[in-house]
Amino acid sequence: MSTAARPSSFGSARAVLLWSGIAVLCAWVLVPIYLVALGAFGGRTGVYQWPKTIFPAGISFEPFLLFLKTEGVAGAFMNSLGAAAVTVILSVLIGAPAGYALARYNFRGKDGYRLLVLLTRAFPLAILALPLTVSFIRIGLYDTVIGVGLVHTVLALPFAALVTQGIFLGVPRELEEAAWVFGCSRPQAFFRIVAPLALPGLAATAVFAFVISWNEVFAASVLTVRHRTLTAYLLTVLAESPLHYRFAGGLLLILPSVIFIFAVRRYLFAIWGISSK
Amino acid sequence: MQNDKSWIPYLLIAPSVIFLALLFLLPLVQTIWLAISEGGVPSLANLQTMAGDLNFRLAIRNTFLLTLAVVPIQIMIALAMGSMVAKVGAGRETILWIWTIPLGISDLAAGLVWLSILQNSGYLNSLLFSAGLIERQANWLSYQTPVALFFAIAIAEIWRGTAIVMVIIVAGLNQVPKEYREAAEVFGAGRWTRFFRITLPLIKPALQSALILRTVLAFEVFAVVYALGGSNMPVLVGEAYTWQNQNQNYGVAAAYAVLIMVISLAATLVYLKAVKVDPERLP
Repeated sequence: MSTAARPSSFGSARAVLLWSGIAVLCAWVLVPIYLVALGAFGGRTGVYQWPKTIFPAGISFEPFLLFLKTEGVAGAFMNSLGAAAVTVILSVLIGAPAGYALARYNFRGKDGYRLLVLLTRAFPLAILALPLTVSFIRIGLYDTVIGVGLVHTVLALPFAALVTQGIFLGVPRELEEAAWVFGCSRPQAFFRIVAPLALPGLAATAVFAFVISWNEVFAASVLTVRHRTLTAYLLTVLAESPLHYRFAGGLLLILPSVIFIFAVRRYLFAIWGISSK
Repeated sequence: MQNDKSWIPYLLIAPSVIFLALLFLLPLVQTIWLAISEGGVPSLANLQTMAGDLNFRLAIRNTFLLTLAVVPIQIMIALAMGSMVAKVGAGRETILWIWTIPLGISDLAAGLVWLSILQNSGYLNSLLFSAGLIERQANWLSYQTPVALFFAIAIAEIWRGTAIVMVIIVAGLNQVPKEYREAAEVFGAGRWTRFFRITLPLIKPALQSALILRTVLAFEVFAVVYALGGSNMPVLVGEAYTWQNQNQNYGVAAAYAVLIMVISLAATLVYLKAVKVDPERLP
């Protein structure tokens, strides 16, 4: 690369520095995850082994499976999936039309609407779950997966609207107008021309909505008692759980969202480029 | 667009406006009212209870110190990551993917990850023991070691929260035209001059949104603290949680919520003023 033109010793010293920096930062991210996985698969004996080595010893799936079979874990896992599903569906269904309106139309109140969406960013949104406890009890949404999903949608919706705006801006308006000329109605043109082109971006938006909901702790803990999501469940049983259960819980929380992030890695930067404008 | 279709955008944004009105603006007003009323009449009782609470000062101090410790380091690491990866050709995708992994990790999980390292028979103590630096298991996370606990929480937060800053900053760096830096290089600007005079000003918008996002999130810190230290280190959201769930006192919980919102809003305004972004130069 650009270093090749320089005197080789100087260039290679820089290259060594660069790559060791990169290696250190990669290890900084990966090693702790590896260690918590060791904790999750090591069981009770692993936790109290002293001094520990960073090489796996006495590792088996048994302790992790045992954790999964603990009362409440499977249910909490399903509740988390449910709340995340509600969040994904609602934030795309409500956010994408708004994003489309922002991308394609100039209308009075557009700036006001953008301000409303941006305003949500300056607020710690999950905290707004506090007063919702009372209203949710009144309308029967308290301690339900749908209630949690609704609050998580508030977290994901502004993001979805801004990101889909960027996605629709990327679909040439001319294509859509051509479809109108050829006799498509507006909804037809949208679903036949725009939607397929916007699909990968929409999928990435959905994945982010999933991750936002899956990881949220505060609102989920405040709004549920018996139908806890995985984060809320872990938070409440934390104090009385043995350490290896906590590590197993941590690993179980990490796995799905890491897989999802992997699935959308190509869109990460484009999406954040858009949404941070 | 044509005038006869002018209702379309309103139809499209209507669901989200209704949704945000019901689940953002309404609870916002409710929270404020809950905080400044008592039995339906305006009252400062909740705010006074909050301010008179034993943990109040501690919670404020800890939350602010954590934010001050965590956010600048995250920005610096993210800038370093962005500059490093800009020099890499092959393998860039993989490196970026690894660095973005924490993006999918919740604060609760991050706390549990670092618990496995910092607990008494954990990896840090094992390492120190093997190196002969400690003789028996040291305690890092108890209320008797507030400084060590503070650092533990800060490290876990830095570990988890840097990814989002990095993504925003790399996205910003990707939009900086290469020609600018090349031109500066031709005119003899050194590495650091190029970074401070060319790159940094051009990624100001990204920097600003990263700062706002991370600071608001830092004031919300809660689950990391709880996973690592239980209730050994009070923070603002933790207090709100305790008042709501354990004490069943929604008024004082709301008072904490209002305080957190005021601080977040103030921080956002400070960033909007301090990191001025010229709208003309937005890409």
